[in-house]
Amino acid sequence: MSRRELLGVEAAEPVGPYTLLRVERGGLDPGAPGQFFMLEAPGRLLPRPMSLCLAPPRELAFLIDPIGPGTQAICAAEKLHVYGPLGNGFRLDVAQPLLVGGGIGIAPLPYLSAALGRPPAVLGFRTERHAEAAGLVPNAEVAIEPTLVTELMEPGFDVLACGPEPMLDAVADLCPGAQLAWEAPMACGYGACYGCAVEIDGAWKRLCVEGPVLVAA
Amino acid sequence: MLLLNASGCLDALTAPDTARQLDGFVTKTVTPLPREGNPPVRIAETEVGMLNSIGLANPGLERFLAETLPRLARLDVPVWVSVGGFAAEEYAVSCARLDGRAEVAAIELNLSCPNVGEAPESAAEIVARCRTRTSKPLYAKLSAVVPDVAAVARAVRDAGADGLSLVNTIRGLALDPRTLRPRLGRGVGGYSGPALKPVALAAVYACYRATGLPIVGMGGVTTGRDALDLIAAGATQVALGTVLFADPEAPARVRAELTAEAVAHGFRSPAEAHAKAHEEVTEVASRLDARSRVGV
Repeated sequence: MSRRELLGVEAAEPVGPYTLLRVERGGLDPGAPGQFFMLEAPGRLLPRPMSLCLAPPRELAFLIDPIGPGTQAICAAEKLHVYGPLGNGFRLDVAQPLLVGGGIGIAPLPYLSAALGRPPAVLGFRTERHAEAAGLVPNAEVAIEPTLVTELMEPGFDVLACGPEPMLDAVADLCPGAQLAWEAPMACGYGACYGCAVEIDGAWKRLCVEGPVLVAA
Repeated sequence: MLLLNASGCLDALTAPDTARQLDGFVTKTVTPLPREGNPPVRIAETEVGMLNSIGLANPGLERFLAETLPRLARLDVPVWVSVGGFAAEEYAVSCARLDGRAEVAAIELNLSCPNVGEAPESAAEIVARCRTRTSKPLYAKLSAVVPDVAAVARAVRDAGADGLSLVNTIRGLALDPRTLRPRLGRGVGGYSGPALKPVALAAVYACYRATGLPIVGMGGVTTGRDALDLIAAGATQVALGTVLFADPEAPARVRAELTAEAVAHGFRSPAEAHAKAHEEVTEVASRLDARSRVGV
């Protein structure tokens, strides 16, 4: 059940160029790995969608790439409204999980890894500094550009992936049936704005309601 | 006082708890044929507002009538259906089909979407055509971006509109700071949010004075004070738009704030503030004097 609460920020820890924002949990349910929360960006009009990175006791932690005014306001906040959990997460009934992540797309993988019992992971990053975030994901092998994360993938796994669109397209080509967590600009996160529409099986659907995790066709 | 949502800013079926905080739910605009809407990117935040380029994505009238409307009716919130089209007859056909449906409390004609092409007929011609096909309350949603919105309001009143919805978003553009290319897939979008409030107030003020019609005021309402301002300018109802994206509990909050603001201004209810902006200054002054005499 999703709720919206004003929560205190307990810590904003640098992880390479990213920030791990630790927020008090309040009465919120952490939800399933791959689900997301709308985080108020203080001083901005719209909240920002962030998947849950870690769920320590009494905390919700989000991995954020502070590249714009909204994400920077979130990382500087002392308290902020948090609304969630929202959307559909990863299915956890998989036999041979392999986590695949790219860049800030690794955000939901630490929580997913814990839920699946620390399965193997392959992670791709632009630079060594970005790759510092790989420390959040157990049993991870790292690729740094120009090596691509898909070059580290072995066949025979049930792939669960999150990352930039070209990476997800490449993973979908390699692994039909992979679970892919997509991203789209969205204003609301709960089906109101129709901003995050994506084409699914030939029809345009709202990623926040139908996704963000979708099975590759 | 009626609190509504602005069309396209809430899906009552995915957020029934938010819809139930309202006195009426206004649907996303329905067109005779299904529409996928505009290509992504569809949303861009700006410094003091946001742009959307959704493009009237909707399942089309037949599926709306068969599937969506019966489900909406079960929420027990009066349903206003927003109707769109690309010719007067398209609006009229939809009105005729909705006329026989008991679930429909009112029809709002979306005559001003900035994200799609427009019907060749004037707003008044469309209203006149629809008036012959329905006895449901008919509200005309107008754009403020015309030389004289009050003249349009008079024309749609004379064509048979029962009320006005003011204002729609206005066309805007945002550029990506790195590429200097449009951030939205279609280039331009509809601008909404707090920056729209003075535009909405001016339109409501002018159209109330010109027509005396019931008016759903909307544009940048974030707080109860914003709602009170629109009521004072002449709105009989207030609709929430962009604020719903940030806060699904905005209707309950705005309602509570509106009641408190009205009381703080010496009114027994928000409805008592209706059209106060049109009173002569001396009347307002004497009312404030009376309040100070009784120690309010």
